[in-house]
Amino acid sequence: MTIAEPIPNSLRNQPDERGHFGQFGGRYVAETLMPLVLDLEREYRAAQQDPAFAAQFDDLLEHYVGRPSPLYYAERLTEEVRKNAPAGKGAQIWFKRDELNHTGAHKINNCIGQILLAIRMGKTRIIAETGAGQHGVATATVCARFGLPCFIYMGAKDIERQQPNVFRMRLLGAEVIPVTSGAGTLKDAMNEGLRDWVANVHDTFYIIGTAAGPHPYPELVRDFQSVIGKEARAQMLSRINRLPNLLVAAIGGGSNAIGLFHPFLDDKDVAMLGIEAAGHGLNAEHAASLAGGRPGVLHGNKTYLLQDEDGQIAEAHSISAGLDYPGIGPEHSWLKEIGRVRYDSVTDKEALAAFQLLCRTEGIIPALEPAHAIAAVEREAKKMDRDQIILANLCGRGDKDIFTVAEALGTSI
Amino acid sequence: MTRLSFAFAKPHPALVTFITAGDGDTTANLDALVAGGADVIELGMPFTDPMADGPAIQEANIRSLNAGTKTADIFALAAAFRKRHPDTPLVLMGYANPMTIRGGDWFASECNKAGVDGVICVDIPPEEDPELGPALRNAGIDLIRLATPTTDATRLPTVLNGASGFLYYVSVAGITGLQVAAQTSIDEAVARLKAHTDLPIAVGFGVRTPEQAANIARVADGVVVGSAIVELVAKHGANAAGPVRDYVASLKQAIVAARKV
Repeated sequence: MTIAEPIPNSLRNQPDERGHFGQFGGRYVAETLMPLVLDLEREYRAAQQDPAFAAQFDDLLEHYVGRPSPLYYAERLTEEVRKNAPAGKGAQIWFKRDELNHTGAHKINNCIGQILLAIRMGKTRIIAETGAGQHGVATATVCARFGLPCFIYMGAKDIERQQPNVFRMRLLGAEVIPVTSGAGTLKDAMNEGLRDWVANVHDTFYIIGTAAGPHPYPELVRDFQSVIGKEARAQMLSRINRLPNLLVAAIGGGSNAIGLFHPFLDDKDVAMLGIEAAGHGLNAEHAASLAGGRPGVLHGNKTYLLQDEDGQIAEAHSISAGLDYPGIGPEHSWLKEIGRVRYDSVTDKEALAAFQLLCRTEGIIPALEPAHAIAAVEREAKKMDRDQIILANLCGRGDKDIFTVAEALGTSI
Repeated sequence: MTRLSFAFAKPHPALVTFITAGDGDTTANLDALVAGGADVIELGMPFTDPMADGPAIQEANIRSLNAGTKTADIFALAAAFRKRHPDTPLVLMGYANPMTIRGGDWFASECNKAGVDGVICVDIPPEEDPELGPALRNAGIDLIRLATPTTDATRLPTVLNGASGFLYYVSVAGITGLQVAAQTSIDEAVARLKAHTDLPIAVGFGVRTPEQAANIARVADGVVVGSAIVELVAKHGANAAGPVRDYVASLKQAIVAARKV
């Protein structure tokens, strides 16, 4: 982590001092939490100025997480896509291999940063929410590493479909608390996390897993995840001395996407595509907040939300538990509105097909979350020239998803 | 004098009672609150994601939404209440999204038309005041702010800036209906708040028994009771009005007696 001076006319200077990304973001929390959120911001500003904090963060990322993650040219996938592309078309497909991180996903980058902040603030108890369980596992991991008690809120429905991760969290010493309110998914787990926090403000740090929530969370999660884009940018330049033409990443809350995109925002020739989960399709149940929602306030920030005309929040659906959330990080809402990033969506079915395609062509079992990005990569690559480059974030590995995929394919294991 | 300031100018502390709109027979329950002696009524606007509420009010929200309650129904309940009870102040309490989804001006205007006196929004702190505060103040609706055990002396002026009607002291750091604050901490907090403001101070969260209400009434200008009433509505369903009235009357009696001691 390095401290960047603001660049004039840069798209990388958000949020403003009140935590707003244009009309989005902010601090929409109960008064009980407000002093804590202000404290966290003060502590984060101090940490940003402290070379020891950056040194410890970088050291843990290198020796504990296993960074930098490789940048990989997916040659056989590229060839496979070219077979079905018009003549001369079929961009080169590259992956940022964040699935090779310790714990199997990008989530750990952010957890390392936040637990260091928690320790700086003298907090002695850690809570988190989790959807797919990747953030829960990453949080439980850093809690074990630093010896702090860990409580993970997880929707009852997600517990059922992500049993391997539930067991992992328990092995790591975390207590997994099932949430039965609402639909029993990520949104409900986040409500319960906030309720715990408000009742335990004196000793508890809430490690939010995505680039959402009250300011400064969207900013600090983005900054911790930006290691993805910073590495990828440097790796691209050193490997082939050019930047990619298009970046692609899957979006639930949007932390892996903002982590990849942010360091490239001022590179005018780099296009970006965020992929939301279209579930059963945009006319049916889905989790595509930008495509099917409108701005509103939930979980501490203003952002695009799936909701009805009265502002009641809708239930999201995706085969991927990690994308099953009716909102999106506020910086993505802003990037959509200013037109810097294009957003599109991929259905459960398309993601499943891409999941299998990557397994067969590259020997990589992706998580269902980046499988959405891979489906979009396939779609986009066919439209692009062969000398162009797509870089997608392979943000998680698929070990956790094999049961879900088996069931969807009608196989029992 | 507004209805709210009149309610807090009575010779006894104000009894502030809460129910969730659209949960059970709201019209009958509102009348029962008035009949039991409530001085101020908070009508909860149900929300799918009531992050600051404990199980009792969460479930009331779900019951109400499952029964099909829309924002328009809540304003209709409020307007009808205003016709039946011209003098009892009515405060809408809820979360930012249902209040701001059509814009703060729309919400303030609907409040005005329905005869609503004040608004409590759980998740719009002073830092996000532009979302709703200016619209309410322009429409002459009181924006009631919350102070909590974590609101220290340096922050309190921020909370008070733009607050009106009364100040709602949330006596426990937590969600509604569960923990009970120690009376000594309430005494200290009310004294601290009174040193900073002339607004009436109403104390809530976790208040259930007439004894607790009486203890708070000895130091504060108002006592807020919510979850305990909502639980009666849950238990008695469509026939909750009688038990609600009797319970509220027991609270009122204790509050009135408290100041005579």
